[in-house]
Amino acid sequence: METALIKYLCRFIKNKNTKTDNLILFRYSFTEWPDVKESSIEATFLQKSSRHRLMLSSLTQSAVLCVSVSSSHLLRLYERFESLDRENRGHLRKEDFQAVRELSMNPVGDRIIGSFFSPGQETVDFPSFVQVLAHFRHTENDRIRDGAQKEPANSTARRLKFVFQLYDQDRDGKISRAELLQVLREMLGMQVTEEQLQSIAERAIQEANQEANQDKDDAISFDEFRKSMEKVNIDHKMSIRFLE
Amino acid sequence: MPSRTGAGSGRSLPEFGLLLLVIFVLLEGSLLPLGAASSTSKSCEEAKQGHTEVHNFTKKAFPVLGVDYGHIKNPFEISLWVLLACLMKLGFHLIPRLSSIVPESCLLIVVGLLVGGLIKLAREEVPPVLDSKFFFLYLLPPIILDAGYFLPIRPFMENLGTILMFAVIGTLWNAFFIGGLLYGICQISNSDLTAIGILPCLLFGSIISAVDPVAVLAVFEEIHINELLHILVFGESLLNDAVTVVLYHLFEEFSVDGSVTVLDGILGVISFLVVALGGVLFGAMYGFLAALTSRFTSHTRVIEPLFAFLYSYMAYLSAEVFHLSGIMALIACGAVMRPYIEANISHKSHTTIKYFLKMLSSVSETLIFIFLGVATVDGRHSWNWIFVTMSVVLCLVARVIGVVGLTFIINKFRIVKLTTKDQFIIAYGGLRGAIAFSLGFLLKEDHFHMRDMFLTAIITVIFFTVFVQGMTIKPLVELLAVKKKQEAKRSINEEIHTQFLDHLLTGIEDICGHYGHHHWKDKLNRFNKKYVKKFLIVSERSKEPQLIAFYHKMEMKQAIQLVESGGGSKLPSAVPSTVSMQNIQPKNPPATTKPAERVLPQLSKGREEEIRKILRSNLQRTRQRLHSYNRHTLVADPYEDGFSDLILKKQRMMAIDKKIKEMTNYLTVPAAAPDSPTMVRARLASDPQSYNMKPVSGGVPTIQVDLASPQSPDSVRLLDELGEADGKEQEKDQGLTMKLPGGSSRPNKPGETENTREQQKLTRCLSDPGPSADEDEDEPFLP
Repeated sequence: METALIKYLCRFIKNKNTKTDNLILFRYSFTEWPDVKESSIEATFLQKSSRHRLMLSSLTQSAVLCVSVSSSHLLRLYERFESLDRENRGHLRKEDFQAVRELSMNPVGDRIIGSFFSPGQETVDFPSFVQVLAHFRHTENDRIRDGAQKEPANSTARRLKFVFQLYDQDRDGKISRAELLQVLREMLGMQVTEEQLQSIAERAIQEANQEANQDKDDAISFDEFRKSMEKVNIDHKMSIRFLE
Repeated sequence: MPSRTGAGSGRSLPEFGLLLLVIFVLLEGSLLPLGAASSTSKSCEEAKQGHTEVHNFTKKAFPVLGVDYGHIKNPFEISLWVLLACLMKLGFHLIPRLSSIVPESCLLIVVGLLVGGLIKLAREEVPPVLDSKFFFLYLLPPIILDAGYFLPIRPFMENLGTILMFAVIGTLWNAFFIGGLLYGICQISNSDLTAIGILPCLLFGSIISAVDPVAVLAVFEEIHINELLHILVFGESLLNDAVTVVLYHLFEEFSVDGSVTVLDGILGVISFLVVALGGVLFGAMYGFLAALTSRFTSHTRVIEPLFAFLYSYMAYLSAEVFHLSGIMALIACGAVMRPYIEANISHKSHTTIKYFLKMLSSVSETLIFIFLGVATVDGRHSWNWIFVTMSVVLCLVARVIGVVGLTFIINKFRIVKLTTKDQFIIAYGGLRGAIAFSLGFLLKEDHFHMRDMFLTAIITVIFFTVFVQGMTIKPLVELLAVKKKQEAKRSINEEIHTQFLDHLLTGIEDICGHYGHHHWKDKLNRFNKKYVKKFLIVSERSKEPQLIAFYHKMEMKQAIQLVESGGGSKLPSAVPSTVSMQNIQPKNPPATTKPAERVLPQLSKGREEEIRKILRSNLQRTRQRLHSYNRHTLVADPYEDGFSDLILKKQRMMAIDKKIKEMTNYLTVPAAAPDSPTMVRARLASDPQSYNMKPVSGGVPTIQVDLASPQSPDSVRLLDELGEADGKEQEKDQGLTMKLPGGSSRPNKPGETENTREQQKLTRCLSDPGPSADEDEDEPFLP
């Protein structure tokens, strides 16, 4: 299976015509799984072609040494990625996600799918796929990270931000009443009257404003959101065993 | 007499002395008649004696006053015990310092010891209070049902693996470790202990190894530890019952037989599965039955709560018939029926269930601890230093090793690891209690000649854990800075986000192709929603999603709180009155008339004469209705469903409370703060013109529409309940007082008087298009 991943890596680089920033992105997404020895994949990878080695080595000099893959998990994810990617395009499209039956039944499924696609993009490649899923990776709290490194995707703040953005579809930094209502409508379905939804949304917003002692605008800001989630153990909640 | 004064003077606190005095009076009351009766303590003979007495009476002349204590002896004594227990509980909470230092369970045992001693002083025989039959059939079920019914399902299910591990493997380990080592020690020691075989030792180990839910509850409720630890220890204490039951029966059987084969071991494992799963199955079955029954109780609300108790008790008894785990049955029954029953029964019935459960379980708990004390004094003891101390030491050692070892394994699978502190608390919280004692009590003397020694050892272990561990765990929790329980108040935001997260994680798991915890939970939820709920819940409620139910509950709680705290000042004046009408507050009639009086003088335009008439008659009828008493329905019940909707509306009004000030400014009202409704009203009455900016005549028809036609969905809903007429009246009444803000797109001023709202509404009618704006009322008002 490891070779499949390597193949993908090579294809990826070939397709993108060795754009270094893409590679950095790729590497970056892999740093979300920092807990395994870095050498294994890189070594095999370097053997593949000298050209890539060149590029990689230049990258290696710049703080990318941390490339390391918790290989088994990543491989499993790649396996999954491939099985989702039925036509072997090397990237996923919305239809590929929608083909997952359970997901199409999920009330917030469309939002989840949407979260994989950065705005304006039609497809998602493996690195971005991994990057999104990295939010759900579980970490030990006591792992010490280098200060220089970027905050990992599964830090509490980034997780909250991720969830927040699922609500905040227009990305204006706050959950407006309409957005909240939309979510409620999706979750509660047709079972409730519009009036009930309204009153719940009203109350939620009012409560969030009150709790955070903040602006009395008609929306939930990120701070307010974070405040209302304080009691929820987000690190616990947003961890999937599989992604350990 | 001297002993009494001695005990009394031992306590310096005057209250406690008083309390003791009360006990003595009570005891005297119970003892003297007993002495007079001078009969044996066995109840059957008592009954017989009663018979003969009656027989004798017929021959004599007609007795003007007869004494027949035997006739009422049992219920009377039971009542006395319960009364004693309740008074004790009452007393401890009157003494502020005491209850913060010593846990209630310890105090109760001490009281039991004192009472037992006194009884022993007064006469030779002490009633066998902690009789195993009595304990298992009457004292234990309420506590377990309480635990099962209020079991926090979510944390419980999330930690089920860990709990089961501790409950099954941990208890097995404890039993065999303690039993085995005790046997070894008995063999080494050169006293008469060598006569004890391996099987009785293992039996003893299995009795003493189980953590006791009653003791755990009593102690953990006071230390307010965080949810995770609480559910781990408490869940373990509940689920280890199956293991204890099987081990107990197994070893009891074998001890009598004297031999064990491999086959017996295998049978034991199978028996464990049968006992545990069978218990759960029985419980779930009765739980579903209870839910189904509660679906049809809407016409006889008064007996609703009873079903919950009866079915669960039946579940317990049925499980016990087959020697299945009654505790598991009760837990399963309570947990299964709760969501459905809560949706089906009225709010009042639900409150009744809650209170009744809490009451029963706290009385049972109190009684158990007192009886434990009494039984200690009563029992024959044979104190063997080696055996007793070794049991205590082994109990502690086994617990510590078990917890540490199991956590080591469990932590490999857990997302949230258990820290050393957690492990310590789990190990330290392993209290033993009355279940162990009762099991020991059940042993037959002729098979187990060492029964007395066992009982002594069991009691010592119980006392050690309850007193030493129970008393020190609180300071230790403080010392170790173990995370405490967070405020349980959940906000609506939290609820929304938690549900959202659930969906999100299910989705992500699906994307990963990983069928984990969330996936199966989602499946179960779907199934529940699709089939079970439809079957078990009254039709119109079955579709209510959890979030809405939660929302209603919250609204209800808040409204009730507001009413109880008299927080009407913040609410519109009409709100407390309506709510109080629902709550059968004594001040009903005046409260209901108030808004009317306030409204009436202000409607000084064309049609309000009619309105007044309607209003008045409605009010009268409502009042009559409220006064009439019906044996089978509680008067306010017909409103139950509508009630929450009312509150919903009220909440909305509160929601805009803050925007009110801007509103008043906009309306050029001199009054800035709506702090005192009376003041405002007076001001308005004196100067109504400040509001009368526009000609009002055009607005009047709108008012009428609001009054006459119930247009909101709530009003329709109100009608389906029993008292249709009442519903209507209620609705109309509410139509005037409540609906106004709902119908207006502008925030009203709830703190203002009725006329203010009327006026605002009127002005609004002129400036805005009418009812179409119904839903926009949440929008902020921007002048």
